[in-house]
Amino acid sequence: MTVVVSLHDAGRVHDGVHALKGVNLEVSAGELVAVMGPSGSGKSTLLNLAGGLDRPTSGTVRIEGEDLAGVKDLAVVRRGRVGYVFQDLNLIPSLTAAENVMLPRELDGVSAGKARKEALAVLAELSLGDLADDFPEELSGGQRQRVAIARALVGERRLLLADEPTGALDTATGDGILGLLRGRCDAGAAVLLVTHEPRYAAWADRVVFLRDGEIADSTDVPLESAR
Amino acid sequence: MSIRHGMLALLSRGRRYGYQLRQEFEASTGATWPLNIGQVYTTLSRMERDGLVEPGAADEQGRVVYTITEAGRTELARWFSTPVGQSDRPRDELVIKVAMAVASGEADVRAVIQAQRRATMRALQELNRAKRAEAAGAAQRLVLDSAIFKAEAEQRWLDHCEAVLKENNA
Repeated sequence: MTVVVSLHDAGRVHDGVHALKGVNLEVSAGELVAVMGPSGSGKSTLLNLAGGLDRPTSGTVRIEGEDLAGVKDLAVVRRGRVGYVFQDLNLIPSLTAAENVMLPRELDGVSAGKARKEALAVLAELSLGDLADDFPEELSGGQRQRVAIARALVGERRLLLADEPTGALDTATGDGILGLLRGRCDAGAAVLLVTHEPRYAAWADRVVFLRDGEIADSTDVPLESAR
Repeated sequence: MSIRHGMLALLSRGRRYGYQLRQEFEASTGATWPLNIGQVYTTLSRMERDGLVEPGAADEQGRVVYTITEAGRTELARWFSTPVGQSDRPRDELVIKVAMAVASGEADVRAVIQAQRRATMRALQELNRAKRAEAAGAAQRLVLDSAIFKAEAEQRWLDHCEAVLKENNA
Protein backbone atom coordinates (compact mmCIF):
# COMPACT_ATOMS: atom_id res chain seq x y z
CA MET A 1 0.00 0.00 0.00
CA THR A 2 1.18 3.50 -0.81
CA VAL A 3 1.76 5.67 2.22
CA VAL A 4 -0.12 8.94 1.65
CA VAL A 5 0.81 10.79 4.81
CA SER A 6 3.50 10.03 7.35
CA LEU A 7 4.59 11.69 10.56
CA HIS A 8 8.04 10.79 11.80
CA ASP A 9 8.90 11.73 15.37
CA ALA A 10 6.70 14.78 14.84
CA GLY A 11 6.37 17.28 17.68
CA ARG A 12 4.74 20.66 18.06
CA VAL A 13 5.43 23.19 20.78
CA HIS A 14 2.90 25.99 21.28
CA ASP A 15 4.18 28.77 23.55
CA GLY A 16 6.50 26.44 25.41
CA VAL A 17 3.83 23.73 25.77
CA HIS A 18 4.38 20.38 24.04
CA ALA A 19 1.08 19.87 22.26
CA LEU A 20 2.50 16.88 20.43
CA LYS A 21 5.58 14.83 21.31
CA GLY A 22 7.45 12.58 18.92
CA VAL A 23 4.47 11.04 17.15
CA ASN A 24 4.99 8.37 14.50
CA LEU A 25 2.04 7.64 12.26
CA GLU A 26 1.46 6.52 8.68
CA VAL A 27 -1.79 6.45 6.76
CA SER A 28 -1.88 4.52 3.49
CA ALA A 29 -4.15 4.74 0.50
CA GLY A 30 -7.38 2.90 1.27
CA GLU A 31 -6.84 3.15 4.99
CA LEU A 32 -9.04 4.89 7.54
CA VAL A 33 -7.26 5.77 10.77
CA ALA A 34 -9.16 7.22 13.73
CA VAL A 35 -7.52 9.30 16.44
CA MET A 36 -9.18 9.36 19.84
CA GLY A 37 -8.29 11.14 23.03
CA PRO A 38 -9.55 13.61 25.62
CA SER A 39 -9.56 17.32 24.84
CA GLY A 40 -6.07 18.74 25.05
CA SER A 41 -4.48 15.40 24.13
CA GLY A 42 -3.19 16.77 20.82
CA LYS A 43 -5.76 15.37 18.38
CA SER A 44 -6.32 18.56 16.43
CA THR A 45 -2.62 19.44 16.46
CA LEU A 46 -1.89 16.06 14.93
CA LEU A 47 -4.52 16.60 12.25
CA ASN A 48 -3.22 20.09 11.48
CA LEU A 49 0.30 18.76 11.02
CA ALA A 50 -0.85 15.85 8.86
CA GLY A 51 -2.79 18.20 6.60
CA GLY A 52 -0.14 20.88 6.22
CA LEU A 53 -2.19 23.46 8.11
CA ASP A 54 0.70 23.81 10.53
CA ARG A 55 4.37 22.83 10.64
CA PRO A 56 6.03 20.60 13.24
CA THR A 57 8.64 22.15 15.55
CA SER A 58 10.52 18.82 15.46
CA GLY A 59 10.42 15.73 13.26
CA THR A 60 9.05 15.45 9.74
CA VAL A 61 5.72 15.27 7.95
CA ARG A 62 5.48 13.90 4.42
CA ILE A 63 2.51 13.98 2.10
CA GLU A 64 2.83 11.54 -0.79
CA GLY A 65 6.55 11.31 -0.06
CA GLU A 66 7.19 15.05 -0.10
CA ASP A 67 8.77 16.46 3.05
CA LEU A 68 6.66 19.50 3.94
CA ALA A 69 9.72 21.18 5.47
CA GLY A 70 10.94 21.75 1.91
CA VAL A 71 7.63 23.22 0.75
CA LYS A 72 7.56 27.02 0.82
CA ASP A 73 3.87 27.46 0.19
CA LEU A 74 1.86 24.84 2.08
CA ALA A 75 -1.34 26.19 0.54
CA VAL A 76 -0.39 24.63 -2.79
CA VAL A 77 -0.08 21.17 -1.18
CA ARG A 78 -3.31 21.66 0.74
CA ARG A 79 -5.36 22.74 -2.23
CA GLY A 80 -4.09 20.09 -4.56
CA ARG A 81 -4.01 17.01 -2.37
CA VAL A 82 -5.86 17.42 0.89
CA GLY A 83 -9.55 17.67 1.68
CA TYR A 84 -10.78 18.89 5.05
CA VAL A 85 -14.03 18.27 6.87
CA PHE A 86 -14.52 20.14 10.10
CA GLN A 87 -17.19 20.19 12.74
CA ASP A 88 -18.35 23.69 11.92
CA LEU A 89 -19.48 23.31 8.39
CA ASN A 90 -18.57 26.77 7.15
CA LEU A 91 -20.72 26.56 4.07
CA ILE A 92 -21.10 30.03 2.65
CA PRO A 93 -24.76 30.94 3.18
CA SER A 94 -25.13 33.10 0.09
CA LEU A 95 -23.88 30.34 -2.23
CA THR A 96 -25.83 27.26 -3.33
CA ALA A 97 -24.65 23.75 -2.45
CA ALA A 98 -23.04 23.38 -5.89
CA GLU A 99 -21.36 26.80 -5.67
CA ASN A 100 -19.95 25.93 -2.25
CA VAL A 101 -18.50 22.73 -3.64
CA MET A 102 -17.09 24.53 -6.72
CA LEU A 103 -15.27 27.09 -4.64
CA PRO A 104 -12.03 25.23 -3.87
CA ARG A 105 -11.68 24.23 -7.52
CA GLU A 106 -12.15 27.79 -8.67
CA LEU A 107 -9.45 28.79 -6.19
CA ASP A 108 -7.28 26.13 -7.86
CA GLY A 109 -7.74 28.08 -11.09
CA VAL A 110 -10.15 25.63 -12.72
CA SER A 111 -12.72 27.25 -15.02
CA ALA A 112 -16.21 27.81 -13.62
CA GLY A 113 -17.76 25.44 -16.14
CA LYS A 114 -15.40 22.61 -15.32
CA ALA A 115 -15.66 23.31 -11.57
CA ARG A 116 -19.46 23.10 -11.76
CA LYS A 117 -19.30 19.84 -13.67
CA GLU A 118 -17.00 18.36 -11.04
CA ALA A 119 -19.15 19.68 -8.21
CA LEU A 120 -22.32 18.18 -9.69
CA ALA A 121 -20.56 14.83 -10.15
CA VAL A 122 -19.42 14.62 -6.55
CA LEU A 123 -22.80 15.83 -5.24
CA ALA A 124 -24.52 13.13 -7.28
CA GLU A 125 -22.12 10.56 -5.87
CA LEU A 126 -23.20 11.56 -2.37
CA SER A 127 -26.89 11.42 -3.37
CA LEU A 128 -27.16 15.19 -3.16
CA GLY A 129 -27.75 15.80 -6.87
CA ASP A 130 -31.28 17.10 -6.32
CA LEU A 131 -30.08 19.66 -3.79
CA ALA A 132 -27.32 21.20 -5.92
CA ASP A 133 -29.15 24.50 -6.32
CA ASP A 134 -30.42 24.77 -2.75
CA PHE A 135 -28.92 27.23 -0.30
CA PRO A 136 -27.45 25.96 3.01
CA GLU A 137 -30.41 27.26 5.04
CA GLU A 138 -32.72 25.07 2.96
CA LEU A 139 -30.78 21.92 3.92
CA SER A 140 -30.95 19.72 7.02
CA GLY A 141 -27.92 19.40 9.31
CA GLY A 142 -27.02 16.04 7.81
CA GLN A 143 -27.37 17.34 4.25
CA ARG A 144 -25.20 20.37 5.03
CA GLN A 145 -22.51 18.13 6.43
CA ARG A 146 -22.64 15.95 3.31
CA VAL A 147 -22.23 19.06 1.15
CA ALA A 148 -19.22 20.02 3.27
CA ILE A 149 -17.80 16.57 2.63
CA ALA A 150 -18.50 16.91 -1.09
CA ARG A 151 -16.49 20.14 -0.99
CA ALA A 152 -13.63 18.29 0.70
CA LEU A 153 -13.70 15.56 -1.93
CA VAL A 154 -13.96 17.55 -5.13
CA GLY A 155 -10.87 17.44 -7.30
CA GLU A 156 -9.89 13.92 -6.32
CA ARG A 157 -7.92 14.63 -3.20
CA ARG A 158 -5.95 11.60 -2.03
CA LEU A 159 -5.87 12.61 1.64
CA LEU A 160 -8.97 13.42 3.60
CA LEU A 161 -8.84 14.88 7.10
CA ALA A 162 -11.93 14.95 9.24
CA ASP A 163 -12.13 16.66 12.64
CA GLU A 164 -15.28 15.59 14.50
CA PRO A 165 -17.19 15.46 11.20
CA THR A 166 -20.34 14.18 12.85
CA GLY A 167 -20.60 17.19 15.17
CA ALA A 168 -24.00 17.27 16.80
CA LEU A 169 -25.69 14.99 14.28
CA ASP A 170 -27.87 12.14 15.57
CA THR A 171 -26.28 8.71 15.44
CA ALA A 172 -28.08 7.46 12.33
CA THR A 173 -27.06 10.57 10.35
CA GLY A 174 -23.57 10.37 11.82
CA ASP A 175 -23.30 6.76 10.67
CA GLY A 176 -24.26 7.98 7.19
CA ILE A 177 -21.37 10.48 7.22
CA LEU A 178 -18.92 7.77 8.29
CA GLY A 179 -20.32 5.55 5.56
CA LEU A 180 -19.36 8.23 3.04
CA LEU A 181 -15.83 8.58 4.40
CA ARG A 182 -15.46 4.81 4.48
CA GLY A 183 -16.63 4.63 0.87
CA ARG A 184 -14.01 7.15 -0.26
CA CYS A 185 -11.43 5.20 1.64
CA ASP A 186 -12.40 1.95 -0.02
CA ALA A 187 -12.11 3.82 -3.33
CA GLY A 188 -8.46 4.54 -2.52
CA ALA A 189 -8.29 7.71 -0.41
CA ALA A 190 -6.38 7.90 2.86
CA VAL A 191 -8.59 9.19 5.66
CA LEU A 192 -7.51 10.51 9.04
CA LEU A 193 -10.43 11.01 11.40
CA VAL A 194 -10.45 12.71 14.77
CA THR A 195 -13.40 11.79 16.94
CA HIS A 196 -14.32 11.41 20.58
CA GLU A 197 -17.13 9.01 19.73
CA PRO A 198 -16.14 5.34 19.94
CA ARG A 199 -18.93 4.29 17.58
CA TYR A 200 -17.49 6.39 14.76
CA ALA A 201 -13.91 5.39 15.52
CA ALA A 202 -15.07 1.81 15.03
CA TRP A 203 -15.41 2.49 11.28
CA ALA A 204 -11.62 2.79 11.11
CA ASP A 205 -9.09 0.12 10.18
CA ARG A 206 -6.90 1.31 13.01
CA VAL A 207 -7.61 3.39 16.11
CA VAL A 208 -4.90 5.47 17.77
CA PHE A 209 -5.35 6.72 21.34
CA LEU A 210 -3.60 9.99 22.18
CA ARG A 211 -2.76 11.03 25.74
CA ASP A 212 -0.86 14.22 26.62
CA GLY A 213 0.49 14.62 23.11
CA GLU A 214 1.71 11.06 22.74
CA ILE A 215 0.31 7.90 21.22
CA ALA A 216 -0.60 5.91 24.33
CA ASP A 217 -2.04 2.92 22.58
CA SER A 218 -3.44 1.72 19.29
CA THR A 219 -5.32 -1.18 17.79
CA ASP A 220 -2.12 -1.45 15.78
CA VAL A 221 -2.85 -4.41 13.54
CA PRO A 222 -5.50 -3.53 11.00
CA LEU A 223 -8.48 -5.82 11.37
CA GLU A 224 -8.12 -7.16 7.85
CA SER A 225 -4.74 -8.75 8.53
CA ALA A 226 -5.75 -9.78 12.04
CA ARG A 227 -8.26 -12.20 10.56
CA MET B 1 -32.59 -13.20 28.76
CA SER B 2 -36.06 -14.44 28.16
CA ILE B 3 -36.10 -17.24 25.62
CA ARG B 4 -39.56 -18.08 26.83
CA HIS B 5 -40.99 -14.67 25.97
CA GLY B 6 -39.14 -14.52 22.68
CA MET B 7 -40.73 -17.82 21.71
CA LEU B 8 -44.18 -16.64 22.83
CA ALA B 9 -43.75 -13.57 20.62
CA LEU B 10 -43.01 -15.77 17.60
CA LEU B 11 -45.95 -18.07 18.39
CA SER B 12 -48.27 -15.06 18.63
CA ARG B 13 -47.94 -14.76 14.83
CA GLY B 14 -49.15 -18.32 14.31
CA ARG B 15 -48.42 -21.90 15.22
CA ARG B 16 -44.90 -23.17 14.79
CA TYR B 17 -42.78 -26.30 15.05
CA GLY B 18 -39.85 -26.28 17.48
CA TYR B 19 -37.23 -26.12 14.72
CA GLN B 20 -39.05 -23.15 13.18
CA LEU B 21 -38.96 -21.31 16.50
CA ARG B 22 -35.23 -21.83 16.71
CA GLN B 23 -34.64 -20.57 13.16
CA GLU B 24 -36.87 -17.53 13.53
CA PHE B 25 -35.50 -16.61 16.92
CA GLU B 26 -31.98 -16.54 15.53
CA ALA B 27 -33.05 -14.73 12.38
CA SER B 28 -34.66 -11.91 14.35
CA THR B 29 -31.82 -11.48 16.83
CA GLY B 30 -29.00 -11.80 14.30
CA ALA B 31 -27.75 -15.02 15.89
CA THR B 32 -26.57 -12.99 18.90
CA TRP B 33 -28.08 -15.62 21.16
CA PRO B 34 -27.78 -18.97 19.43
CA LEU B 35 -30.31 -21.47 20.76
CA ASN B 36 -29.83 -25.18 20.74
CA ILE B 37 -32.81 -27.29 19.87
CA GLY B 38 -32.73 -28.87 23.34
CA GLN B 39 -33.33 -25.46 24.94
CA VAL B 40 -36.24 -24.90 22.59
CA TYR B 41 -37.98 -28.17 23.54
CA THR B 42 -37.25 -27.77 27.26
CA THR B 43 -38.74 -24.28 27.16
CA LEU B 44 -41.76 -25.49 25.17
CA SER B 45 -42.50 -28.29 27.64
CA ARG B 46 -42.26 -25.88 30.59
CA MET B 47 -44.57 -23.44 28.86
CA GLU B 48 -46.95 -26.31 28.14
CA ARG B 49 -46.87 -27.22 31.86
CA ASP B 50 -47.63 -23.55 32.69
CA GLY B 51 -50.51 -23.47 30.22
CA LEU B 52 -48.93 -20.86 27.92
CA VAL B 53 -48.73 -23.08 24.82
CA GLU B 54 -50.61 -26.11 23.52
CA PRO B 55 -49.10 -28.93 21.47
CA GLY B 56 -51.03 -30.38 18.52
CA ALA B 57 -50.96 -34.03 17.48
CA ALA B 58 -47.62 -35.31 16.16
CA ASP B 59 -47.38 -35.57 12.38
CA GLU B 60 -46.08 -38.66 10.55
CA GLN B 61 -42.48 -37.55 11.20
CA GLY B 62 -43.23 -37.17 14.91
CA ARG B 63 -43.09 -33.37 14.79
CA VAL B 64 -45.38 -31.41 17.05
CA VAL B 65 -46.79 -28.02 16.20
CA TYR B 66 -47.32 -25.57 19.08
CA THR B 67 -50.02 -22.93 19.48
CA ILE B 68 -50.06 -20.00 21.93
CA THR B 69 -52.93 -20.07 24.48
CA GLU B 70 -54.96 -17.17 25.84
CA ALA B 71 -52.83 -17.31 29.03
CA GLY B 72 -49.75 -17.23 26.79
CA ARG B 73 -51.00 -14.07 25.07
CA THR B 74 -51.67 -12.44 28.45
CA GLU B 75 -48.17 -13.33 29.65
CA LEU B 76 -46.65 -11.94 26.45
CA ALA B 77 -48.59 -8.67 26.81
CA ARG B 78 -47.44 -8.41 30.43
CA TRP B 79 -43.82 -8.91 29.35
CA PHE B 80 -43.99 -6.26 26.63
CA SER B 81 -45.59 -3.75 29.01
CA THR B 82 -43.08 -4.28 31.85
CA PRO B 83 -39.77 -2.36 31.71
CA VAL B 84 -36.62 -4.34 32.43
CA GLY B 85 -35.22 -3.47 35.89
CA GLN B 86 -31.56 -2.60 36.37
CA SER B 87 -31.29 -5.22 39.10
CA ASP B 88 -32.48 -7.96 36.73
CA ARG B 89 -29.22 -7.68 34.83
CA PRO B 90 -26.21 -9.75 35.77
CA ARG B 91 -23.27 -8.22 37.62
CA ASP B 92 -20.76 -6.56 35.40
CA GLU B 93 -17.37 -8.24 35.73
CA LEU B 94 -15.49 -5.30 34.25
CA VAL B 95 -16.88 -2.87 36.82
CA ILE B 96 -15.91 -5.23 39.62
CA LYS B 97 -12.46 -5.73 38.12
CA VAL B 98 -11.72 -2.02 37.88
CA ALA B 99 -13.13 -1.31 41.35
CA MET B 100 -11.01 -4.09 42.82
CA ALA B 101 -7.92 -2.97 40.93
CA VAL B 102 -8.33 0.48 42.48
CA ALA B 103 -9.31 -0.73 45.96
CA SER B 104 -6.65 -3.40 46.32
CA GLY B 105 -3.82 -1.25 45.03
CA GLU B 106 -2.35 -4.50 43.70
CA ALA B 107 -2.89 -3.96 39.99
CA ASP B 108 -1.78 -1.34 37.48
CA VAL B 109 -5.19 0.25 36.98
CA ARG B 110 -4.09 2.23 33.95
CA ALA B 111 -2.94 -0.97 32.25
CA VAL B 112 -6.23 -2.70 33.09
CA ILE B 113 -8.15 0.21 31.58
CA GLN B 114 -5.97 0.38 28.48
CA ALA B 115 -6.16 -3.33 27.75
CA GLN B 116 -9.93 -3.22 28.12
CA ARG B 117 -10.26 -0.15 25.94
CA ARG B 118 -8.31 -1.81 23.15
CA ALA B 119 -10.40 -4.97 23.42
CA THR B 120 -13.68 -3.08 23.51
CA MET B 121 -12.65 -0.99 20.49
CA ARG B 122 -11.88 -4.19 18.61
CA ALA B 123 -15.29 -5.55 19.53
CA LEU B 124 -16.83 -2.30 18.35
CA GLN B 125 -14.96 -2.56 15.05
CA GLU B 126 -16.26 -6.10 14.57
CA LEU B 127 -19.82 -4.98 15.34
CA ASN B 128 -19.46 -2.14 12.86
CA ARG B 129 -18.33 -4.59 10.21
CA ALA B 130 -21.20 -6.93 10.94
CA LYS B 131 -23.62 -4.04 10.65
CA ARG B 132 -22.18 -2.87 7.35
CA ALA B 133 -22.24 -6.40 5.94
CA GLU B 134 -25.74 -7.05 7.22
CA ALA B 135 -28.27 -7.23 4.45
CA ALA B 136 -30.73 -8.29 7.11
CA GLY B 137 -33.93 -6.94 8.59
CA ALA B 138 -34.56 -4.16 11.05
CA ALA B 139 -34.73 -6.48 14.08
CA GLN B 140 -31.21 -7.80 13.50
CA ARG B 141 -29.77 -4.35 12.90
CA LEU B 142 -31.31 -3.04 16.10
CA VAL B 143 -29.78 -5.93 18.04
CA LEU B 144 -26.37 -5.00 16.60
CA ASP B 145 -27.04 -1.33 17.40
CA SER B 146 -27.76 -2.27 20.99
CA ALA B 147 -24.41 -4.01 21.28
CA ILE B 148 -22.74 -0.94 19.70
CA PHE B 149 -24.36 1.45 22.19
CA LYS B 150 -23.31 -0.79 25.10
CA ALA B 151 -19.71 -1.05 23.90
CA GLU B 152 -19.69 2.70 23.41
CA ALA B 153 -20.96 3.29 26.95
CA GLU B 154 -18.24 0.99 28.28
CA GLN B 155 -15.61 2.90 26.33
CA ARG B 156 -16.84 6.22 27.71
CA TRP B 157 -16.87 4.84 31.22
CA LEU B 158 -13.25 3.66 30.81
CA ASP B 159 -12.23 7.17 29.65
CA HIS B 160 -14.06 8.55 32.65
CA CYS B 161 -12.24 6.17 35.04
CA GLU B 162 -8.93 7.21 33.56
CA ALA B 163 -9.70 10.92 33.90
CA VAL B 164 -10.92 10.58 37.49
CA LEU B 165 -7.93 8.50 38.57
CA LYS B 166 -5.53 10.94 36.89
CA GLU B 167 -7.15 13.81 38.80
CA ASN B 168 -6.87 11.92 42.09
CA ASN B 169 -3.20 11.21 41.50
CA ALA B 170 -2.39 14.77 40.47
